[in-house]
Amino acid sequence: MTHDLLTLNQGAVGKVCAIDAGRFATRRLYEMGFNIGAPVKVVKNDAGPVIVSLAGNKVALGRGLAGKIRLETGR
Amino acid sequence: MKATVHKEAVRVRSGTIALVGNPNSGKTTFFNALTGSNQHVGNWPGVTVEKKVGSFTYEGERYRVVDLPGTYSLGAFSEDEVVARQFVLTGDADVIIDVVDASNIERNLYLATQLLEMGKKVVIALNMVDEAARRKIKLDPEGLSKKLGVPVIPTVAARGRGIDDVIKAAIGLIKQDVVVENPVRYPKTVQHHIDEVATTLEGTDLPYPIRWAALKVVEGDEEIINMVGKYCAASGLQDFAQRYNGSHTGESFELDIIDARYNFAHRVTEGAVQRPKEEVVTFTDKVDKIVTHKYLGIPIFAAIMLVVFQLTFEVGEEILGEFAVDIVEWLGDMAATFLAYISAPGWFISFMTEGVFNGVGAVVEFVPLILVLYLLLGFLEDSGYMARAAYVWDDLMRRLGLQGKAFISLIIGFGCNVPGIMSARTLDNRKDRMITTLINPFMSCGAKIPIYSVFIAAFFPRHGGLLLFAIYALGIVIGLIMAKVFNKTLFKGESSHFIMELPPYRMPTVRNVFRNMWDNVYGFLQRAGTTIFMVITLLWVLAVLPVSAEPYSQASILGRIGAFIAPLFRPAGFGTWQESVALFAGIPAKEAVVGTLGMLYAGQYVEEGTLLVNALKLHFTPLTALAYMVMTLLYTPCIATLSTVAKETNSIKWPVFMALYTFAIGWGLAVVVFQVGSLLGFS
Repeated sequence: MTHDLLTLNQGAVGKVCAIDAGRFATRRLYEMGFNIGAPVKVVKNDAGPVIVSLAGNKVALGRGLAGKIRLETGR
Repeated sequence: MKATVHKEAVRVRSGTIALVGNPNSGKTTFFNALTGSNQHVGNWPGVTVEKKVGSFTYEGERYRVVDLPGTYSLGAFSEDEVVARQFVLTGDADVIIDVVDASNIERNLYLATQLLEMGKKVVIALNMVDEAARRKIKLDPEGLSKKLGVPVIPTVAARGRGIDDVIKAAIGLIKQDVVVENPVRYPKTVQHHIDEVATTLEGTDLPYPIRWAALKVVEGDEEIINMVGKYCAASGLQDFAQRYNGSHTGESFELDIIDARYNFAHRVTEGAVQRPKEEVVTFTDKVDKIVTHKYLGIPIFAAIMLVVFQLTFEVGEEILGEFAVDIVEWLGDMAATFLAYISAPGWFISFMTEGVFNGVGAVVEFVPLILVLYLLLGFLEDSGYMARAAYVWDDLMRRLGLQGKAFISLIIGFGCNVPGIMSARTLDNRKDRMITTLINPFMSCGAKIPIYSVFIAAFFPRHGGLLLFAIYALGIVIGLIMAKVFNKTLFKGESSHFIMELPPYRMPTVRNVFRNMWDNVYGFLQRAGTTIFMVITLLWVLAVLPVSAEPYSQASILGRIGAFIAPLFRPAGFGTWQESVALFAGIPAKEAVVGTLGMLYAGQYVEEGTLLVNALKLHFTPLTALAYMVMTLLYTPCIATLSTVAKETNSIKWPVFMALYTFAIGWGLAVVVFQVGSLLGFS
C-alpha cells in the first residue's frame, strides 16, 4: 500500500516510493535523504510541519511538501 | 634562540586545507578546534557569504584552513553551494577535510561522494562518534576507509579528540601524489551520455576537469551548462548542452545521478555502519515532545526569550554594567586631569570630555550587556533550539505568507540586521526573501539595546527585563503585521516549501559560544571606535560652532538644524532639537543615539554627575521616554543594513523604500503611544 506522508500517523514506518513535487523541491528532498527506497518513520504529525526520522535523524517538512511524498508501508 | 627559529619556520605556508561539511555536522567546532584563535572572518569576493580563514602550525610548518559554507550538496542551487563548489574546484586547496556527522553517515557521504567525483584529495573526519555511540550506532572507520578509498578518522571535535590524527592524515595526503578515481557507478544510459559529452568537450579550454563537467552537464547543472555554452559557443555545443537542462526539455538524468551517489554511499556503509533495530529514545526525543508541542511550542519560545532578556538585563546591566560605567567615568576623570596637567588647549579638553567620554563612552558602557545577550543567543543557537523555534513558528508564519525558516532570519536580526538579511537568501523564493528582508529591521538589533537600557534605567528601573521583552515583542508583532501587508500587496503568491533538519540537542562548547560572543562584541567596539566616533566628532564640531554661539545651545549649527526638524516629532512628545538630532545620528549607527544624547545632555550637567540617566530625567517623562523607545525600535535602520539590502536586492529602490516606510511606521506608532497615553492621563 502506498500513502502520502500527510495521511500517516505518528509511529508509522515506510519507504519512499515516489516524490510528486517540482524539480527544485524534488532535488532538495533527494539531497536531504528522501531518495527512493529511503526508510522513513513518522515522528509527529498533528499541527504544523510533519516531523519524520530518517535513520534516526529528524527532518521537519512543511505540510505541502509532506503531501507530495508517497511511502510504501508494506501493509 | 629556539623560539626565533620556530618563528622563522612558520612564516612559510606549506599548504591550504579546505573544510567542508553538512550543516550541523560540527564543522564550526572542528574549525575552531583546528585553528584556535588564529582566524579571521571576511566575505567571499562579490557575494556576502561569510568567509572564515584560519591557520595552524604542525611540525614547524604553517597551514591555512578555509572554512567553506555548510551545505548538503555541491550543486548550483544556493549561493553557499556555488561558493563552496567554486573554491573546491578552482581554489588553491591542497586537500579537503570533510566533516561527517557519524550518526548520519549516509546523507553526509552524499557530499563526500561529490568531492570524489571532482577528483579531490579528501580526508573524512567522522565527527561526534560519542553521540553515535550513545545512539548505539556501531561504526567501523577502517572498513569505511577501505571502501571509500580515503582516510576516515573518528573525532569528537568538541573535546579535541582525533583532531591531530586528521591533521596528520591531511598533511600526509598533501605530500603524496595520488590520483583520485571517481568511484560512483552510474546507470548505463547515463554513463553513455557522460562519455558522449566528455568526448565533445575534449580539447576545449573549459577550466574544469572534463569528465566532471560532462557529468554536471548530464545532471542538468545550470551553471556548468552555461559555462560550457560560453566556452564552446564556437563549436556549436550550446544546444547540445541545453539538451540536458531538465526544465527545458524534460530529458533529465538528475535524479538517476543522485540515486547513483546514494547507492555508492549505501555500498560504503553496508557492513561498516550498524544501526540498532530499535532507535534509542534520546534526550532530544524527550525534549522535542515538549518544545515542539502543538499548543506549548510558542509559549515555551516566549518564555525562553523572556529569560534571555531578563538575564541580559540583570547580569549585563545591573551587575556588570555598573562596573563598566565606573570604569568609563574613571577614565574620563583621569583623562581630564591629565589634559589639564599638560595644559592642553581648552577646546581639546572639551572635545575629549564632552565628545569622546560622554558620547563614545556612553556607548562603550553597554559592552557588558551586549556580551551577555550574545552569550545567551549563541548558546541557544548552538544547542539546536533555533531549528525548533523555526518549526513552531512555521504554522503562524505560513498564515502570514511566510514559512518557518524566515523566522530564523528574524531571530538572527535580533543580533544584527545585516546577517539577518543575509540569511534570508537561504529561502527558496524571491517573495519570501523580499518580505523577510523588508521586515528584518523591526527585529531590534543589539546596537539599540543601549538606547532602551538608558531609558529603562532612568524611568522604569523596576521592570527592565519585562520592558525589554515587550519592546522586542512589539518589534516582532509589527514585523509580522507588515509581512501580512506585503503579502497582500507587493508580493503575492505561495510561500516556498519548508524543509529543515532538527539536529539533536548538543551542549554548546565553551569555545564556540565565547568565540561567537567575542566576534560580536569586537564588531561593536570597532563601530564605537570608527563610525560612532566619527559621527560624534562631527556632531561635536557642529554643536560648538559658530564660536560666537554658546556651545550646545540652540544657537549652534547643530541646534539650528535640530530646531528645524524638531516640530516633526512634537506630536510624538519628543520635540527638542537634541532629541531630533540624536535620532538622525542613529542612522549611521544606532549606538550613536545614546552617544549623541550623552554629549548634548550629559555634557551640560557635569556638576550633577556625568550619568546620562540623570540628564534624561530632566528632559523626558516616562511617557515620552516610551514613545522615544518605540520610535528607535521601528524607525529607519542603520546605513550598514540599508547597504546590505541594496547589495542583496541589487537595487537602490528597496533600501530607499525600507528607509522611508520604517520611518513612517516608527513615527506613526510613537505618535499613537504619546497621544493615547496623554489621553489616558499618563505623563
